[in-house]
Amino acid sequence: MDIESLIENIANALTAGLTIGCIYGLMCIGLGLIFGIMKVVNFAQGEILMLGMFASLYLVTGGGVLAFLGPYVGPFVGAILAGPIIFVVGALIHKFLISRVSGLKTAGSIDDGHFGQLIVTLGISLILQNGGMIVFGSTPFTVRTPLSSSAIEVGLGIGDASVFLNKAKLIACAVAIVTALALYMTMEFTRIGKALRAAADNPTAATYMGIDVDKYYRMAFGMGCGITAIAGGLMATYLSFGPFVGFDYVIIMYSGVVLGGIGSIMGAFWGGLTVGFVQQFSALILPPQLQNAAIFIVFLLIVLLRPQGLFGRSAERA
Amino acid sequence: MRNGTAAKVRRDLSMLAILSVAYIALAWNVTNSYYQLILTLVPIWAAFGVSWNILSGYAGQLSFGHASFFGIGGYVMTLALVYWNLTPWLGIPLGMVVGGFAAVLIGTPTFRLRGHYFALSMLAYPLAVLYFLQYFGFQEMSLPMHREAPAAYLEFSDPRFYTLVAVGLLIAAVFVCVLVENSRFGLALLAIRQNELAAEAAGIDSKTWKMRALIVSGMMAAAAGGLYACVQLVVTPDSVFGMLVSAQPVVLTLFGGVASLWGPVIGAAFLVPLSKFLDAYAGNVLPGIQGVVYGAAVIAIILAAPDGLYWTLRDKFWKKAAPKPIPTASKPDHLAKASVTAGTPLMKVAGLSKSFGGLRAVSDVSFEIAEGEILGIIGPNGAGKTTLFNLLNGVLPADTGTATLSGQSMLGKKVHAVCHMGVGRTFQVVRSFPRLPLFDNVIVGAYGAGLSDQDAADAAIHALHRTGLADIAGVEAGSLTNKQLRLMELARALAGRPKLLLLDETLAGLGREECDDILDVLKRLRDEGMTIGIIEHTMHAMLRIADRFVVLDHGAVLASGPPRTVVEDRTVIEAYLGKKFLAKLDA
Repeated sequence: MDIESLIENIANALTAGLTIGCIYGLMCIGLGLIFGIMKVVNFAQGEILMLGMFASLYLVTGGGVLAFLGPYVGPFVGAILAGPIIFVVGALIHKFLISRVSGLKTAGSIDDGHFGQLIVTLGISLILQNGGMIVFGSTPFTVRTPLSSSAIEVGLGIGDASVFLNKAKLIACAVAIVTALALYMTMEFTRIGKALRAAADNPTAATYMGIDVDKYYRMAFGMGCGITAIAGGLMATYLSFGPFVGFDYVIIMYSGVVLGGIGSIMGAFWGGLTVGFVQQFSALILPPQLQNAAIFIVFLLIVLLRPQGLFGRSAERA
Repeated sequence: MRNGTAAKVRRDLSMLAILSVAYIALAWNVTNSYYQLILTLVPIWAAFGVSWNILSGYAGQLSFGHASFFGIGGYVMTLALVYWNLTPWLGIPLGMVVGGFAAVLIGTPTFRLRGHYFALSMLAYPLAVLYFLQYFGFQEMSLPMHREAPAAYLEFSDPRFYTLVAVGLLIAAVFVCVLVENSRFGLALLAIRQNELAAEAAGIDSKTWKMRALIVSGMMAAAAGGLYACVQLVVTPDSVFGMLVSAQPVVLTLFGGVASLWGPVIGAAFLVPLSKFLDAYAGNVLPGIQGVVYGAAVIAIILAAPDGLYWTLRDKFWKKAAPKPIPTASKPDHLAKASVTAGTPLMKVAGLSKSFGGLRAVSDVSFEIAEGEILGIIGPNGAGKTTLFNLLNGVLPADTGTATLSGQSMLGKKVHAVCHMGVGRTFQVVRSFPRLPLFDNVIVGAYGAGLSDQDAADAAIHALHRTGLADIAGVEAGSLTNKQLRLMELARALAGRPKLLLLDETLAGLGREECDDILDVLKRLRDEGMTIGIIEHTMHAMLRIADRFVVLDHGAVLASGPPRTVVEDRTVIEAYLGKKFLAKLDA
């Protein structure tokens, strides 16, 4: 390989890692919210991603957003609108199932209710996957946009080397960054954000301060689902998907959240970004079958070297 | 075997014998080969569940990646058969050996992580292996047939023999689990699950015990994986290393009852046939419906029985047996009334300091505890009292300074090693083992100190008598009052036969009369020759029992000496009540 194409490959991996990484980052924030605030390991988060993709699909093709806004804007508006819809779905799942095995109800019990949560979320995941197959069928879908097959070419100034930026991924990346920033602002500067952080820090104390912890947990769960659903809608513009797509991504989400540090919501974004980079760069040197193995090996290396994650703090009290 | 478990072991083993015979009798009359396959798979998955339960149930180290070991068992057996023509009768044990080594290899780095980090990191191992196997071309491996000597290669034309072997595997797994549950091994694991730090302070070397649990668990899972591959006649990376394989023992065990011998067996007996029947019948009618029904069934039952079927049914239907009286000690307590030379310093602390970033939590602290005295370490909230204890018993490393117990340095040692030197410690937050009787809660401390079974039982009995808990020794810790729990912690520390007790806010959250009872116990212990350092921030209670005070404020020693001089010290009054109060006092 000559130096010119090497530079070209690296530059392309860098930009692809950045764009896909940002979308992964948004996806991880959704899980990070639930994990960080409620300390619930939600194994159904991959299926929430899948629901986000289908919500966007039906909004765009069935709901008429496409006809109204055209194939360039429609799919991205569909992705954003998937957020509130899946927020409601998430809040309902919390109300009827998750709240029975989490929150104040199980705080302080021997395993803080983790075992019950595991089973319930695994059960939800099974129901959504298989229910999805019944409702949607198993042929792969995409939210079609002409943008996903066109790219901006940017010259690098070294011979013919240039970087190709897929337009659909680029816009999706921009939407992901804006959504993540909006969430960051909400968490930092609004009353809701403060209440959520208080409920995360110490649910019992938050209750004494007049915060309805159950309500805020429901909100956190709904928001977590909504955010991941938006990421799903964005991915649907360049990816074909079916009811079992969540399976591949739930592991990426957990890697991202653990890398970022449990409890750090923005850390989850950087964790997801890291996973995106590792995935794209490993494509340069490794055969495609080993790309996923590379993610897990890098994940293990980072976690073993920095047990509290990249942005987490280790706090243990005697 | 632990003292007092003989009856339970006998009951569990006879249950095992009866169930096995009944199960084989049932299987022998089943001719449908699909049903027979289900009957073979139930004990295999149950054995996998039992293996997961040892690490994740008893020891509380949640693992989402137990497919690592299951898959190793399956692939080692298959590869050995394909390339070396090695019979599975030897291939499965070989897989267990490899599984054991893999446990050491995986456990050594991963046990540095805790909680969710550990659980999720375990998930990464089988997935990484899975992709490598796919890459190196081991996607689908069929087991070669040996028509000349099928039985020698664990191949049977009559599927009932597979069921027989599978039941044999489960019997072995349950037997190992009985051994673990009723020995100091199981008790150490339960203690680690409750509170690793408290377990360490009771002298339990948590790292070693966790590693042992992982090795036993890994070997057992490998055996299950090996037999699974034999029964299926073909292995793929997904069928033995996949995420669903990792999820299987988790679901079965949590469904049946975590940290109970029969939990995984109950889970497998219900869920494996359920999922297979749904696959075979509902799946044909409407593909996908089997997953929906299975998921809904699992959710419904766990909502009705959050601790798993075993515990919920037990709590509901089995009347609690009247608490058994504790056995009498075989030897008199040789440590009661220890001869003490009053005034000889037992522990010397000099120039001890610890900073967290810019905050000097403990700053140049020096004091002594003399044999047979109660030293009250008092100070307002945030004065550095608990940090001081954490430095002394090895929870935190000190920056500078020395601390010696009878001339030996206490610093730079692990928590359990400090306990073995003769330092017992209790914590601000009490952690008990709610499902175990008080006696078992206390004997943990004796095992931690490394006493033999008989000595440990004696030490626990004496400790219960000395804390006045002997009458309720058979009661489950979950039903004790706060005061009794505090005394239980004290008894646990005493059971390790310490020279020095470090008590962290033993009186916190107790009413006046309850405080009095505990103070009486402490006084009695001192009169018997025990040396005690106790942290409190209520000066009130301390005035009644402490022989001397050390007052800490902002990490430094403010004053020390006999109670009366200390409480009249102006700096102490200022630290406690503020400058204004002092001014009022002067006026």
